[in-house]
Amino acid sequence: MIASFSAQDWAFTAVAVVGIIAALRMVTTKNVVHGALYLVIALSMIGAGYLVMAAEFVAWVQIIIYVGAIVVLLLFALMLTKAPIGREALDNQQRGISSLVALAVLAGLVFLVLDAFRSQTIPLPGPAPQTTTGQIGESLFRAFVAPFEIVSILLLAALIGAIAIARKDDPVHSDQHPAARTAETARRER
Amino acid sequence: MIHYAWIVAALPAVAVPLIVFVGKRMPGQGAGIGIAAVAVSFVLSLIIAIPFLTGNQQPVEGHITWFDLGTFSLQVGQYVDGLTSMMLVVVTFVSLCVQVYSVAYMHEDVRYTWYYAVLSLFTASMLNLVLANDLIQLLVGWEGVGICSYLLVGHWYEDRVNSNAGIKAFITTKTGDIPFLFGIFTLIFATGTSNMRDINLAALHGGISAALLFAAALLLFGGAIGKSAQFPLHVWLPDAMAGPTPVSALIHAATMVAAGVYLVGRMFPVFVSAPHFVLTFVSIIAAITMLIAALLAMVQDDVKRVLAYSTVSQLAYMLAGLSLGPSGYTPGLFHLFTHAFFKALLFLAAGSLIHAVHSNNMSEMGGLRKKMPLTFVVFLIGAMALSGIPPLAGFWSKDEIISEAFKTHQYWLFAVTLGTAVLTAFYMTRAVLLTFFGDYRGHTEPHEAPLAMAAPMVVLAAFACLAGLLGPTHVFVDWVHFGPVAEHVPVDYGFAAISLVGALAGVAVGYGLYRRWRDPDPLRTLGPAYTFIENKYYLDDIYEKGIVRTIQYPMAAEVDRFDRNVVDGAVNGTGRAARGLGGVLRYLQSGSVQRYAVFLFVGVVVLAVIITRIT
Amino acid sequence: MHLWLPLVFSAALFAIGVYGVLARRNAVLILMSIELMLNAVNVNLVAFSKAIRSGLVTAGATAATTGQIFALFVITVAAAEIGIGLAIVILIYRNRESINVDEVNLLKW
Repeated sequence: MIASFSAQDWAFTAVAVVGIIAALRMVTTKNVVHGALYLVIALSMIGAGYLVMAAEFVAWVQIIIYVGAIVVLLLFALMLTKAPIGREALDNQQRGISSLVALAVLAGLVFLVLDAFRSQTIPLPGPAPQTTTGQIGESLFRAFVAPFEIVSILLLAALIGAIAIARKDDPVHSDQHPAARTAETARRER
Repeated sequence: MIHYAWIVAALPAVAVPLIVFVGKRMPGQGAGIGIAAVAVSFVLSLIIAIPFLTGNQQPVEGHITWFDLGTFSLQVGQYVDGLTSMMLVVVTFVSLCVQVYSVAYMHEDVRYTWYYAVLSLFTASMLNLVLANDLIQLLVGWEGVGICSYLLVGHWYEDRVNSNAGIKAFITTKTGDIPFLFGIFTLIFATGTSNMRDINLAALHGGISAALLFAAALLLFGGAIGKSAQFPLHVWLPDAMAGPTPVSALIHAATMVAAGVYLVGRMFPVFVSAPHFVLTFVSIIAAITMLIAALLAMVQDDVKRVLAYSTVSQLAYMLAGLSLGPSGYTPGLFHLFTHAFFKALLFLAAGSLIHAVHSNNMSEMGGLRKKMPLTFVVFLIGAMALSGIPPLAGFWSKDEIISEAFKTHQYWLFAVTLGTAVLTAFYMTRAVLLTFFGDYRGHTEPHEAPLAMAAPMVVLAAFACLAGLLGPTHVFVDWVHFGPVAEHVPVDYGFAAISLVGALAGVAVGYGLYRRWRDPDPLRTLGPAYTFIENKYYLDDIYEKGIVRTIQYPMAAEVDRFDRNVVDGAVNGTGRAARGLGGVLRYLQSGSVQRYAVFLFVGVVVLAVIITRIT
Repeated sequence: MHLWLPLVFSAALFAIGVYGVLARRNAVLILMSIELMLNAVNVNLVAFSKAIRSGLVTAGATAATTGQIFALFVITVAAAEIGIGLAIVILIYRNRESINVDEVNLLKW
């Protein structure tokens, strides 16, 4: 099968290998910031994979949203929670079982996939196809306009929720909010 | 009316739920219902008996089929002949007297209404027993009277002694019921039916083999031994005196204990047709019982126990009479008839004594003839009737048995019955002298019995005087006889004289020894023999240690062990297992979300593989 | 291109994400592993959207890009989710001075 790899196949394989190595490093590193950076590499490789599969819109959305916004958010969170760098171990007691479970998941999924889809292929896009952006735009605003709008509201809710959850309360109102009270005592004890 | 004889048993039966549910609210506390029911039954019994007195009335049978089991069908019905009608009169009459008497005797009792309910239930069961046309139905009545006896003996169950006596009565009669049951089975096996008339006809006409008749008759007699307190199962009757005295009068003198004799009388064709050893066995048992009971009656201090042993002895007389064969049928049952009256009378008079003196013991009585004249007169009448003094009832009936024993060449039985008659006269004289003569040895102020107690005693005394005359006038033999035609045998005055002499001899010895109160009892000069008799021949001890304890204690220990280890073990083990399992399973609750996530993913993988593999 | 390539890539990323979720103590690292798992699913969706277009059902433009649209929604929801998740993590940090999840075990026996 490997003998019949096309250039697209090789390109994807390269991208995939890099991505997997980056992901592995992310879950085993002792430095959380290094972990975030390895995540960047993995996400980028995924975006590249999308490009190889000729899904450009998704690829660039992936890069913009994930690498551009979410990873930044994660880095901010690491900063705000005083990410432990090099002081203590980042793995818990379950390493053995977790690796077994992960291997089982991998084995199961690979087996199922290869069992079912061994012979299928993704065809190369023909000459002068409509770009996926256009196609996506068409179906998004025709068939999927309702989920689109709802997701907008979801984002709004998430925005408001995040602000509400993480806000530091005004000291004037602290006696009414039990969570804030503990925060106050925690701050005082510090 | 004869066709509706079952009403006689139904009336007291209907009275039972009425008393139980309505009795407490009624002014008489339920006594009125019971007395009314049995009074009507008595009147009906008289009406039913009248046609049979002439001897020309044929037996009447009626039944309904209860259920069919293929070849065997169980009937429920009535069979009324002379014997049945005689028993109906006796049972209803004595029950009526006892219930009226109990109005005063059981006044202010803790369970007055329940007492009347059980008395009515007893009466209904006994009447059912007597009326039954089917052995199974008879057995139902048999067990019914057994239960009522247990309930009534243990009436004052707050005292452990009383409930133990009730249990002893029940278990001992039950020991006799087992051979009885097997006797019934044998007869059903032999004839395919449990209808008594059919069985009796089959027995008379050779329809049952000799071996089966032999077995069946002996087994049936086992039931009679238990119920009629014959040796070796006589031990329950003296202890049953723990019950109220009217109960003793009704159940343990006149009716229930007579059920065994009635059974032999009812199934007499089976006994007569069986190999002759059966009747010989009956007479041997009767003879032994007669003597040992009479000896025991001589050494009792408790007046009720004297009467109890006397009952045992007289029941043996009845069975001895029956064991003489067809010619002994009427004498034995005549003695049952007369004995019912004077023994019930004696017990009711004893109840009057106990009511006045607040003690059962004759050593605390004495000189009561001045303070309780009526009781004295009726007790004396009863004692003379029992001892066989003419013209009172016991003389006629006992004399017939004694003379019949001689005439059928059973000379040893003649000697035993005559000797027992002497002893009977002796111990009754002793009882009368110790109770009514001499100085008063008690602590309370005795008074005469109230009207409700006195009236039944007087009526019974009258019957004790007159009932005996049914013998020489041949009325009784027309009424109750074996075989198609009654033989009118004239009274043999030679034997009458012999038995009278014997009775008077007993009275004389008694008078000589007990004219004055002597402490200790003059009979103690018999020494070790007296001790042996006083301990009831150690039979109770043998039964208790040899049989009861050897079975009861190991069985109880075994059952306790089983209960503790297996039953409790299972329950406790379930609890322990649950706790242990919980103790193990709690480690799954680690509180760590990631641990839970591990389980979740393992489950997902397993499910995914299974589902995709299956579909 | 063979379809199994992106599918195996997705499976591998998913398995690595599972390991990360189960074995890491820091809450933020766990969130990062969850993101990895979501991305693995996205790869799967996009790969199938590309494959279906060619092989199976021809249902016009709409059917051809359903997987990619699904992937877009997943990205959006993942973004919302990680926003809230990090807000919670920061709150936990404020209360407990630590975001190691194995120290949050009040439900332990």
